[in-house]
Amino acid sequence: MSAASWGLLIATFAACFVEMVEATTIVMAMGFTRGWRSAMIGMGAALAALAVVTAIAGYALTTWLPESALQLAIGGLLLIFGLQWLRKAILRASGRKAMHDEDQIYLDEVESARAAGAASGNGLDLFSFMVSFKGVFLEGMEVVFIVITFGLNAKNVPIAIVGAAAAVITVLGVAVALRRPLAMIPENLLKYGVGLMLASFGTYWAVEGIGIFRIGRQSLEWPGQDAAILGLIVIWFLLSRVFISALRAPEARSATTSNSTPVQELAK
Amino acid sequence: MKYLKAFGQFWYDFIIGDDWKIAVAVVLALGVLLIALKAKLFGDHGLAILGGVAIVVFFALSLAIDVRPKKPKP
Repeated sequence: MSAASWGLLIATFAACFVEMVEATTIVMAMGFTRGWRSAMIGMGAALAALAVVTAIAGYALTTWLPESALQLAIGGLLLIFGLQWLRKAILRASGRKAMHDEDQIYLDEVESARAAGAASGNGLDLFSFMVSFKGVFLEGMEVVFIVITFGLNAKNVPIAIVGAAAAVITVLGVAVALRRPLAMIPENLLKYGVGLMLASFGTYWAVEGIGIFRIGRQSLEWPGQDAAILGLIVIWFLLSRVFISALRAPEARSATTSNSTPVQELAK
Repeated sequence: MKYLKAFGQFWYDFIIGDDWKIAVAVVLALGVLLIALKAKLFGDHGLAILGGVAIVVFFALSLAIDVRPKKPKP
């Protein structure tokens, strides 16, 4: 397998892993509080719906859009997603936003599951089904776009799907083994890494795709072509460190021990 | 109408999310690049670098708006 294929596999695995941790927290809260049957049916239905959306959106995008339009559309979306993740990571590392806390999210979901009242009879618990379905579907939609866009641009959708499927299996395996929310996973750090990746690929493709507006609809060309993506990853990383240092809140500065860097803070 | 509103809300939440400034920053940066392209300011490489710089600048501006000191309420 080539280096590009490994890169694609790791990128889709990491992005899907983070989203699956969040979705699993919601499903576990429903399962432990209201019973597993409806929660698992909700999760299964959402995964099936996501597979259908992936197939339809993938076919539609490749069939109907010229290459530069595809780059602009998916590059623009990836850029928006990536910069949103990066923004949150920068604000968290600089002490201006609370860290993502999977334990707290789990407790909030448990509370809402209890407040909804008991399920009626032995049939499907609609509350548990809907919450599980919505949680998995919404978190998964972002993964669908990442799988399709990364896969199409690398002309290797199957590898992108393998990366995402491996993440689903890994997260579910760990969740079943531990039987508790996956709060020990350094989710904030993973989100920072995925944000950097999405912002870099998004910048590359969105800029290329602007070529749709010129005669001949030819994509713009970056200096160094594909190698420019590596340069963009380095630039976004360095810029994010500059932003973190510049925006560091005074209270965060004093609370952080002298031995811990902003990135180590994200890993907590 | 209710379902149409819910459909629109889903896509708004999905694409724009909880911070509209990022989407606006991306649109403005690509808008600047489009103007430069139409004005034939640079060649491909120059335009690509301009696009990258514009994205960084507008992202920095959106962050600056996020962390600006809030005026105390009277």
